[in-house]
Amino acid sequence: MSKLLLLGDEAIAQAALDAGLSGIYAYPGTPSTEIMEYIQRSKQAAEGNVHRIWSTNEKTALETAIGMSYAGKRSIVCMKHVGLNVAADPFMNLSITGTNGGLVILIADDPSMHSSQNEQDSRFFAKFAMIPCFEPSNQQEAYDMTYKAFDFSEKHRVPVMLRVTTRLAHSRAGVTRKEVRSQNEISLHPNPKQFILLPGNARVFYKEALAKQPKLNEESENSSFNQYFDGKDKSLGIIASGIALNYVKENFVNKEIPYPILKITQYPLPVKKIEKLFNDCEKILVVEEGYPIIEEQLKGLLDKSGKIKGRLDGTLPRDGELNPNIVAKALDMPIKEGPAVPSLVVPRPPALCKGCPHIDSYLALNEVMESYGKGRVFSDIGCYTLGALPPYHAIYSTVDMGASITMAKGAAIAGLVPAVAVIGDSTFTHSGMTSLLDAVYSKTPITVLILDNDTTGMTGGQDSHAFGRLASICKGLGVEEEHIRQLKPLRNFHEENVKVIREEVEYQGVSVIILERECIQTLSRRMRKLKTKTK
Amino acid sequence: MKIDIILAGVGGQGILSIAAIIGTAAVKKGLYLKQAEVHGMSQRGGDVQSHFRLADYEIASDLIPRGKADLIISVEPLESLRYLPWLAPDGWLITNSEPFININNYPKKEDIESEIKKIPNHIMINADEIAKELGMERAANMVILGAASPFIAIEFDALLDAIRETFASKGEDVVNLNIACIKAGREFALKNKINN
Ligand SMILES: Cc1ncc(C[n+]2csc(CCOP(=O)(O)OP(=O)(O)O)c2C)c(N)n1
Ligand code: SF4
Repeated sequence: MSKLLLLGDEAIAQAALDAGLSGIYAYPGTPSTEIMEYIQRSKQAAEGNVHRIWSTNEKTALETAIGMSYAGKRSIVCMKHVGLNVAADPFMNLSITGTNGGLVILIADDPSMHSSQNEQDSRFFAKFAMIPCFEPSNQQEAYDMTYKAFDFSEKHRVPVMLRVTTRLAHSRAGVTRKEVRSQNEISLHPNPKQFILLPGNARVFYKEALAKQPKLNEESENSSFNQYFDGKDKSLGIIASGIALNYVKENFVNKEIPYPILKITQYPLPVKKIEKLFNDCEKILVVEEGYPIIEEQLKGLLDKSGKIKGRLDGTLPRDGELNPNIVAKALDMPIKEGPAVPSLVVPRPPALCKGCPHIDSYLALNEVMESYGKGRVFSDIGCYTLGALPPYHAIYSTVDMGASITMAKGAAIAGLVPAVAVIGDSTFTHSGMTSLLDAVYSKTPITVLILDNDTTGMTGGQDSHAFGRLASICKGLGVEEEHIRQLKPLRNFHEENVKVIREEVEYQGVSVIILERECIQTLSRRMRKLKTKTK
Repeated sequence: MKIDIILAGVGGQGILSIAAIIGTAAVKKGLYLKQAEVHGMSQRGGDVQSHFRLADYEIASDLIPRGKADLIISVEPLESLRYLPWLAPDGWLITNSEPFININNYPKKEDIESEIKKIPNHIMINADEIAKELGMERAANMVILGAASPFIAIEFDALLDAIRETFASKGEDVVNLNIACIKAGREFALKNKINN
């Protein structure tokens, strides 16, 4: 079969389809979004009637996939790293129930925080749940490992985590496909109690999960993905996990690599292979993309060998993404820099698009808040987070999805009144609705601005779950009807919008203002589509 | 054989279409390719770059090491300078001369141009103007690709075929305009390359 030119994300999507996928469940999040988008565009998925609709958040996505696994079919769940925090409850409990139909959990980490609030390393979560984790080193391996992960999940009745990072997710290379497998038929788990985690059952299943560990270790030990490459120079041995391997290899293009290398892409860690390298070599350099999780385990608390180098002893930086130059430095190899960047090159930070509805919302809100002073607007995650930057300086918090409303609530109870929350439509349905219910229930005086641009803008314009229904949702949650106001964020309505926002900020109860106008980007995409259709 | 290219620009300027066309042509030739793209936050009008690597052997890293890029291809002059540490001593800088100004402290155009002129091998081309004259303002990126085409180890005809394939669904007019743009860019480069 000829090679396809695929992003790491797309290779995963194609492999899942070829492995007999019945459903993909996901909430958008950079750098994982393209997996669902690829499957949504795929003819193969349409023909196979693969279920492929965005979920409201990562928790609902994972739970749906667990349901599909329960029914014996193969599913994949995709999310960015912080999404797994939201889905942590089903995730940890799934590690006790185990799976029936193959279940793959794709987590895309974002070291260097290209588009994220933190750079947490999801391999810790896999270890925490004691489930296997595959960490492909390139696009082909992303394909091969995804394909294998479904069989592996069914063989051991465990979920498999696939961990990628931004660089692999968003880099393209040629990928060769395997044969297309048909979808599973419906079949239930032989034990009808398997998904009933009453304590009495859970204690049994937990012991079973523990009993699986030696088998998973053995799989890692014998896996062709964990490869030992011998080298003549034993002064150094290199452990390279996932994509970090490529940065080591890049420094030896057209040259033989003198040092023994252990490539690790399948977890739990292959202890015997690590032991061999450790015994064979004078020093060990651990190169891993993310937190020093292998290095830490290798060192333990009391390591006195002084042999182990990596992110913990400063041989590599403690934080941020790796690259060939950082690894060259760790290997004491020279770097040939090009010309320096001229001093006139100023940063060009991301900004709200020209004509973005959020701009008009912030201009009106800023005018109202001026009289109250700084520090009273809590916000959330989305394009509107860029309102923290000049020229707006409109918001003072961005912590996790949905936190704007509950943080405003907490601050208001502490006495910071008025407190205002600013949240996007997709973020509101992801995690804001329960926060609003909290505020209604405790009757805390806050004003919530829902910036409704009819889409999930930040991640490229996916559909928004509450399209056209935000006002009725707020009413249903108990916000008084006369304090649910609907505005159009347009320059022409500025005065009127300022007046309404002021009224509600002054109101001593829970109020919601929905500022609705379509995102400029989705609008222009929609117009272009209409144009080509009418042609 | 290997060609390492840094593609630079501002989010939304179409550097990924340049990559897609070279990529389509390269895959047809059976070359190995890796192309790291930027998606997400920075696409909102921030600086974006793509590392594009071609070789006749398997490529290890998705990222180009510093000092190894054979080409910097930029659709915006200020952005062309941001990645100079990646440029190889004999590498070429090919850039649009037309600024995209979305920040208050954008430097003076003359100052940027004098920095570009310090690079021994460079081509500066007003791609916006050329694309506009040809009747397709949005295809300035194809003019830039044309200007870079003499330095990419792929035959020009293969790039033209890739354009035909990429834009086929948009109709013959769009294909022809894009082809006119890439040809104009190439012609300019062959006449005006500064090789000090
Ligand atoms: C738990 C979690 N999931 C996903 C993301 C990625 N993410 C950031 S903002 C956003 C969507 C924002 O959409 P919306 O609230 O409608 O605001 P817009 O960008 O449209 O202004 C997503 C999916 C995240 N940061 N955290
Ligand atoms: S993508 Fe849409 S919501 Fe985001 S900044 Fe641009 S116009 Fe605003």
